Amino acid sequence: MSGFIETLIGLAVAFGLMSLLAVGGANSTIPEMHRIAVEVQHWMNDAQFADMFAIAQLSPGPNVLIVTLIGYHVAGLAGAMVATLAMCGPSAMFAYFVGNLFERAHHSPWPALLQASLVPVAIGLMCASAYILVLTVDQTAIGMAITAAAAVIAIWTNLNPLWALAIGGGLGFAGLVS
Amino acid sequence: MIAPPDSSPPGSRSARSPAPPPDLLTLFVSFAKMSLAGFGGVLVWARRAIVDQHRWMTADQFNETFALCHFLPGPNIVNLAVVFGARFRGVAGSIAALAGLLGPPVLIVTALAVLYSSYGAIPALQRTLNGVSCAAVGLFIGVTARMMMPLLKRRDPVALLLMAAVFVVIGLLRWPLPPVLLVAVPFGIAVTYLSRRRNTA
Repeated sequence: MSGFIETLIGLAVAFGLMSLLAVGGANSTIPEMHRIAVEVQHWMNDAQFADMFAIAQLSPGPNVLIVTLIGYHVAGLAGAMVATLAMCGPSAMFAYFVGNLFERAHHSPWPALLQASLVPVAIGLMCASAYILVLTVDQTAIGMAITAAAAVIAIWTNLNPLWALAIGGGLGFAGLVS
Repeated sequence: MIAPPDSSPPGSRSARSPAPPPDLLTLFVSFAKMSLAGFGGVLVWARRAIVDQHRWMTADQFNETFALCHFLPGPNIVNLAVVFGARFRGVAGSIAALAGLLGPPVLIVTALAVLYSSYGAIPALQRTLNGVSCAAVGLFIGVTARMMMPLLKRRDPVALLLMAAVFVVIGLLRWPLPPVLLVAVPFGIAVTYLSRRRNTA
């Protein structure tokens, strides 16, 4: 039982810290999630991490809910709740107070300055996320073709992303991916 | 939102005026709706509901609020719910919007987690998820590329170097995030501040 509590505390600390480090959004922390869940804590392997990323993209709601899946995998229902609250709570409180502050400091140059300086960091993190995700999914020829096609769709069309996910799933079900 | 019978017809000037501020139940319900509609991202639906449907904010106000939420740490859309709820109804408004945004999808995702832990090893499901993962990663690459384009077009060497350095240490070298941000964020702020001062001087 004490091991279970320790696991919950571990989830709370890991995601609580990540919440405040998510520069530019939750997607920036995918490398850190992967590092902790796969490499440091060995909660899961690459394939399971990729599965959870896929399920989070498939389900409605904010994509940050991949942490709910990781939490459930690690410590059941309690783990799911702890991970979700830890990932959203600290940054939400920060947003509440800083949001109020900036509403009043409406014409201060600082928000724009902070934003301009954080953008390169956030995009660098997104690139790292994309790179790590590519390494976790299957690297068969058809798998890579699906990834490339979905990227092209996302860059040059405004097609609903669900179509790409559904087609990828269909090809996978047909046994073409792995 | 059904208009009362004696209100002006759509298209008249008063129909364009901002709507009265939402109450707590309305905040909860409307954020729950946008969240449940939002496959692969809630932002589009949030803009549609807040600006077009309910007219709680003008497009400019929404953009400004989202820009603020984007540079605050944490999930952007969670920040948006908090800041939006707070603007109209204080702490209670934040909590109502947040509960609407997260409550229903968390229930769905938890149900999927239960299913995945029981059936995730079934070969047919495993194959399907492999295909979905490949597509999901491709979509992620696409979103990242779209975000990167304005930065590439600006051709600011320091910004590009900072972006590349963050990619190398986090993506390739797999350094932990906290120390990297501890260096990268102050560096980015200092460089941006100095270059702006130089430009205005």
